[in-house]
Amino acid sequence: MPSQEEIFEGVKKALVDALAVDDDEVTPKSTLVGDLGAESIDLLDIVFRLEKAFDIKIERGELVPDDIVNDTQEQYVKDGKLTELGLAEIKKRMPFADLASFETNPMVQNLTTILTVQDMCYIVEQKLNSAN
Amino acid sequence: MHWYWIDRITVFESQKRAEAVKAVTLAEDHLHDHFKFAPLMPGSLIIEGIAQTAGLLLYEAKGYKEKVVLAKIPKFTFHQINVVPGEILTYKVCLETFREDGGVASVQAYRNDELMAEGELMFAHLGQAFSDQSLFADGDMLDMMRLFRVFEVGVAADGTKLLDPNCSK
Repeated sequence: MPSQEEIFEGVKKALVDALAVDDDEVTPKSTLVGDLGAESIDLLDIVFRLEKAFDIKIERGELVPDDIVNDTQEQYVKDGKLTELGLAEIKKRMPFADLASFETNPMVQNLTTILTVQDMCYIVEQKLNSAN
Repeated sequence: MHWYWIDRITVFESQKRAEAVKAVTLAEDHLHDHFKFAPLMPGSLIIEGIAQTAGLLLYEAKGYKEKVVLAKIPKFTFHQINVVPGEILTYKVCLETFREDGGVASVQAYRNDELMAEGELMFAHLGQAFSDQSLFADGDMLDMMRLFRVFEVGVAADGTKLLDPNCSK
């Protein structure tokens, strides 16, 4: 089982390769979209790289639950915003994410913008823990 | 009009690798302007040909069910760009990752034994997110596989001959 530092270094390499950013731009608190310039397709690239680097499997929708984001039944999303039920579900499904600022204006389109480097490390660590 | 940038697939090992050939010819209109007295195969069309090769490998790997598109070119390097009419390029692709929402291939282009270009291509399945858009019709990719003669050389994942899914044994 790699140490937290090794996990961070592995995540950093994946992000540097996927996003063509410099090493020193990748800090635990960097946001993937805002600070590192990730676009939606980059998230898939990052997942591929993390899976390969750590020999783990990150299922579709684990970073951002796509069934909630794409909800058309107005159960989780209404007028572009997460409903209370949607927020509760997001908290359950994205326990790694700091939702404090997002909750003040929970526009679903902004959900991917909250993901940080530390969140990626958390996901990798959880996956490695559950494999051992 | 169709957008074919390879002529034939010569190696096709399901879920693993494929090779394709592209014969560059002055009969191609685009070479008349790129460039007028000094025709040169555009690098972007070399990438497109490689992407078609890898895309079909991914399409077959997912059981002919997902429409596959080139989503991103994480890295790509041209070592040579002087590809001219009369030359034959060989594209080699190796599937590094494939899963329900896409895949990654490492790729190379050769002129004889000379490495012309290499890189990494990432593909995504169109899936439900693009269900309201028809970038290409159902069956198009399977038709491409037949056109490129994949079923003459293809090897299935279990090592047996790769069969056209719409033809009886």
